[in-house]
Amino acid sequence: MKSTTSQPPQPDDTTRKRRSPKADTSGLYKSAVRDAFVKLDPRVAVGNPVMFLVWVGTIVTLLVTIDPNIFGTVDADPNRQRLLNGLITIILFFTVIFANFAEAVAEGRGKAQADTLRSSRSDTIARKVLPDGSIGQVSSTELRKGDRVKVALGETIPADGEVVAGVASVDESAITGESAPVLKQPGTDIASSVTGGTRVVSDELTIQITADPGQGFIDRMIALVEGAKRSKTPNEIALTVFLAVLTQVFLIVVATLSPLANYVRTPISIAILVALLVALIPTTIGGLLSAIGIAGMNRVSQFNVIATSGRAVEACGDVNTLILDKTGTITLGNRLADEFIPVNGHSVQEVAAVALAGSLFDETPEGKSIVQLAEKLGANLDFVGGGTLDEMRARSEGVDFSARTRMSGTDLPNDIEIRKGAIDAIRGFVRSRGGNIPDEFDAAYERVSRLGGTPLGICQNGDLYGVIYLKDVVKAGLRERFDQLRRMGVRTIMLTGDNRITASVIAQEAGVDDFIAEATPEDKIDVIKREQSEGKLVAMTGDGTNDAPALAQANVGVAMNSGTQAAKEAANMVDLDSDPTKLIDLVAIGKQLLITRGALTTFSIANDIAKYFAIIPTIFAAAGIGALNIMGLKNPQSAILAALIYNALIIPALIPLALNGVKFRPLTADQLLQRNILLYGLGGVIAPFIAIKIIDVLIPI
Amino acid sequence: MLAHRTDEEYRIMLQGWLQIGLTLALIVAITPIFGGYIARVYLGQKTLLDRVFQPIERLMFRLSGVKPETQMNGWQYARAILYSNLAMAILLFAILMLQGVLPLNPTGLGAPTWDTALHTTISFITNTNQQHYSGETTLSYFSQILGLGFMFFTSAATGIAVAIAFIRGLTGRPLGNFYVDLTQAITRILLPISIVGTLLLVAAGVPETLSGPIVVPTLEDPNLRQAIALGPVAHFEIIKQLGENGGGFFAINSAHPFENPNGFSNLIQTLAMISIPTSMIYTYGVIANNRKQAWLVFGMVFIIYVGFIIVTAIGEYQGNPLVNSILGSAQPNLEGKEVRFGWAQSALFAVTTTGTMTGAVNSMHDSFMPTGGFVLLSNLFLQIIWGGQGTGTAYLFSYLILAVFVTGLMVGRTPEFLGRKIEKSEVVLTSFLLLLVHPLFVLIPGAIALAFPDQLAGISNPGFHGLAQVMYEYASATANNGSGFEGLADSQPAPTALWWNLSTSLSLLGGRYIPIVALLILADGMSRKQPVPFTTGTLRTDTILFTSVTAGVILIMGALTFFPILALGPIAEGFLLAKGG
Repeated sequence: MKSTTSQPPQPDDTTRKRRSPKADTSGLYKSAVRDAFVKLDPRVAVGNPVMFLVWVGTIVTLLVTIDPNIFGTVDADPNRQRLLNGLITIILFFTVIFANFAEAVAEGRGKAQADTLRSSRSDTIARKVLPDGSIGQVSSTELRKGDRVKVALGETIPADGEVVAGVASVDESAITGESAPVLKQPGTDIASSVTGGTRVVSDELTIQITADPGQGFIDRMIALVEGAKRSKTPNEIALTVFLAVLTQVFLIVVATLSPLANYVRTPISIAILVALLVALIPTTIGGLLSAIGIAGMNRVSQFNVIATSGRAVEACGDVNTLILDKTGTITLGNRLADEFIPVNGHSVQEVAAVALAGSLFDETPEGKSIVQLAEKLGANLDFVGGGTLDEMRARSEGVDFSARTRMSGTDLPNDIEIRKGAIDAIRGFVRSRGGNIPDEFDAAYERVSRLGGTPLGICQNGDLYGVIYLKDVVKAGLRERFDQLRRMGVRTIMLTGDNRITASVIAQEAGVDDFIAEATPEDKIDVIKREQSEGKLVAMTGDGTNDAPALAQANVGVAMNSGTQAAKEAANMVDLDSDPTKLIDLVAIGKQLLITRGALTTFSIANDIAKYFAIIPTIFAAAGIGALNIMGLKNPQSAILAALIYNALIIPALIPLALNGVKFRPLTADQLLQRNILLYGLGGVIAPFIAIKIIDVLIPI
Repeated sequence: MLAHRTDEEYRIMLQGWLQIGLTLALIVAITPIFGGYIARVYLGQKTLLDRVFQPIERLMFRLSGVKPETQMNGWQYARAILYSNLAMAILLFAILMLQGVLPLNPTGLGAPTWDTALHTTISFITNTNQQHYSGETTLSYFSQILGLGFMFFTSAATGIAVAIAFIRGLTGRPLGNFYVDLTQAITRILLPISIVGTLLLVAAGVPETLSGPIVVPTLEDPNLRQAIALGPVAHFEIIKQLGENGGGFFAINSAHPFENPNGFSNLIQTLAMISIPTSMIYTYGVIANNRKQAWLVFGMVFIIYVGFIIVTAIGEYQGNPLVNSILGSAQPNLEGKEVRFGWAQSALFAVTTTGTMTGAVNSMHDSFMPTGGFVLLSNLFLQIIWGGQGTGTAYLFSYLILAVFVTGLMVGRTPEFLGRKIEKSEVVLTSFLLLLVHPLFVLIPGAIALAFPDQLAGISNPGFHGLAQVMYEYASATANNGSGFEGLADSQPAPTALWWNLSTSLSLLGGRYIPIVALLILADGMSRKQPVPFTTGTLRTDTILFTSVTAGVILIMGALTFFPILALGPIAEGFLLAKGG
């Protein structure tokens, strides 16, 4: 089963690489079988009205198996009756067991995941800073909010907290699955929060505890994935009510059928009435409904996102507007060199060569991208004597970037000084070396600004070579995904601190529907409120403490695990991988959950037509309506058993679909309806006709 | 079978289909005109009749203390309906019980039995007009005109008001004021058309007089005397049809030559009973500003309606195989039919009257072939092949809501209709309203009656047909139709009349007021919801696809509830007939 865990819909490249810590699912089925029987407890069973009625029906048929005449004498041979009633009882019992099993499997998957999490939470000895400043050894369970502890290399952080002193690397792979350690230090919004159960892998931290025992992040996650706090979502409640009404309708239909049948002199037995009732009530969706909901949450957590409630997952499907931060969500965090614009009569090749030489010691992503672009253009170091980059590095000296100079570069042999940096800085440098600034330089850097990029000047001593165009790079494949979202009726709004011109360029390139430039954190909450006032559901991501109000206001707020405690508490989902682009996948998961629920409901109800045509004509054959037996079923006993066996087996047959969800396609509502109605509506009408006929042929009665 | 027919018979067949086709064409033509007019009335826009009726309405509101501008919420609206209906019911019951001492009683009739009076009161207040009595021998002119005639207007207007309030709620408007809606339904819709219709019917030969029965010698034997009942029939007749009431002035209803003398009067009556429910769908389209959806819903019902007419008409045209084998030729089934209407107009009328919950009859439904019986019963079960005055339209759109709920999830959003989320309370109300009321008030009393066929039911035809008779009676009561399959001993002084009067009274009340209250609460809730903007991810409900899905939901839900009855009633009977009895 490990390998068949559901594929998240359309995972993009950045999220496919990282998987959650693998949950141990061995023994899942064994314990699910046990749980299926445990759930027979009437106090548990009554929570699902449809299946509870089947359970009651099982007991009734059991009674008439023991004594066929218990509810009044029947004419037929009691032993023959007993056999039929006994078979009906067995099938009904398995119908209940199958439904319980479906739920147990779904819950079991969550439990397995919780166990993995729990293993990271074992009690540790913490070094607590006592009031007098000394250090005392206490159990991690004795720590309270506000306590301070010291955690050194190799130790496990005892509880959630904020770093108040020290700088250290922390391995958070236990909860994120990300193996690279994360740097933690005090005073920074994001990097100062630590999670209990993670390990310090360098230096020492002083941490102020922010959660009481059992209240920590991991504890809450465990409770959530285990389904301990799972309550039905509004739509599930509505569906349960609808199924209950349908069940009552069929209860009346079947209960009143007896006098009708007697009146036309074709009496039917209690067991057959119960069989008819169970065949008609929506057992398929009734049995799978809660499994679908649990599986939806599991799918989210397999995607390394923890949802605080099923409601939040459902809301994802309903989202109308996504609010996305530009940096990190839409663009890669770093700008990359895109073009060299020469001035002063230099060629692109020359600019590339100078830029290459000037970036020899630049280890920033921007610097590396300049090297890459220059090499792509075929630049080499021949103008300073040739050789490989490493040879050249050995012969020259790097000039680091500083906030004061706002440029960096390389000092090559023969007093060749190459500098690249902010336009003004380069201008100053060129002048100081006696060079002049042509007008085309201004034109070049203005063009870059208008394109939404960052211009860097590049010069060699007093000779100004040109402008390097550093471009904000939109993540690959985003445009297509935004197109998909648009087709599904979801608008995207980009928020950025950039100026309008830059923002509009990026927005156009990424294909978002709208953008807000020069945005402040307060703007975020204003946008959310504006959208919500139009009745829209809004989803957003955030990580900083100043995002917390917006995360709370949004209908779906996804906090990054790397974010602050405040952000995580305000959000209704936490992304353990801290990948804001995942928000898009969450929309798909939410829709997938709803579609699965709708598809199985439609399928379940559509099935009834065939069951009616199987049972009614055969049991009332004496009334002369045998011609309605269009499936040509052998006899009433065989017809009833075939319909019931189908009814029971369809539940386990659909468990994979319920747990993994129907395949999601980013189509418009009309296309989705058409597709799914044909598949599950029409399919639901036809499939049971075929299946019941086959079962009828197979069973030897 | 057709091979035996002569040219003359082909001419008759063609004529029959032509009559049906012409009527259907007129229905389609009337719908947008009349529907647009109703919308203008209830949107408060200018209409031709403003000058005549506005002063009258103002005077009435002032005298009765109604403040027209006061908006009611769902419960207030419902309460206004319940209280006003209760007051009118008490009035009618009193009139019936006191008719012996009241004027306009040329035949000197006394009070009916209390249970007949009670059943009649409930039957007329609920717009059903199920009659367990013969009008001409039980009720005085006073009871007919002032008692029943009054209810013809008010019960129909109540239905219209409910539909308007429902449409307003669905489209996010406040529900309105019941008293204003009720008054305007009468002054702007029912009364003006009734006046014109009365004149047309009088022109067609329907009597309108206060004189008593005429006593004449019979043709066969001049010594024998026959009393020919007369009365103020014409005005009674038009509102009987227009208001989907259906209670006949005479026992045999629109089959009586004084109620419905010829093809022309029959056409007027058919159009009168169907025009409000068809137009009301268009009214929705105007108020919701979505005429496309209105035409789609209209089209959906129209297709089922025409299908039902064809099935019924073919069954009647082909006739009874048992009779045909005796006759030696294929003849239409004319048992229980008026020869002046023939198989075609009888079939059309029967399908229309059961579909629209009018309940008037121009032929015996009991005598229809099993195919016809199947259709007529299905009409009562489905309740939306146009459906009751106003309530039918509301049911139709409730079915749309239910279809959205069942299938809407499949587009990946929680279900929404007209931009409003369908949540628990909507599901409770619609599923209860559409799925549970009928089984409760049809199947349960029907099963009890059939469990004691001799003590309670008094069925004239045992077997499958008897089962259909009993179920038809309760379905007719619950759906507020009022027509009878007949053949039941349900009139006093039969010993089973008390059971029938009381048990159907319960079905009448349950089938009327529970849905009305549910519809209003539903509409009220919808009107208060924050509308969700429409996107390409939203399920469009005004498409052929979704309308077809709705049709599927309606037919499946209807079939699931009533398949056993149809199977053991008309279907079994049909197979029995086909087998040769």
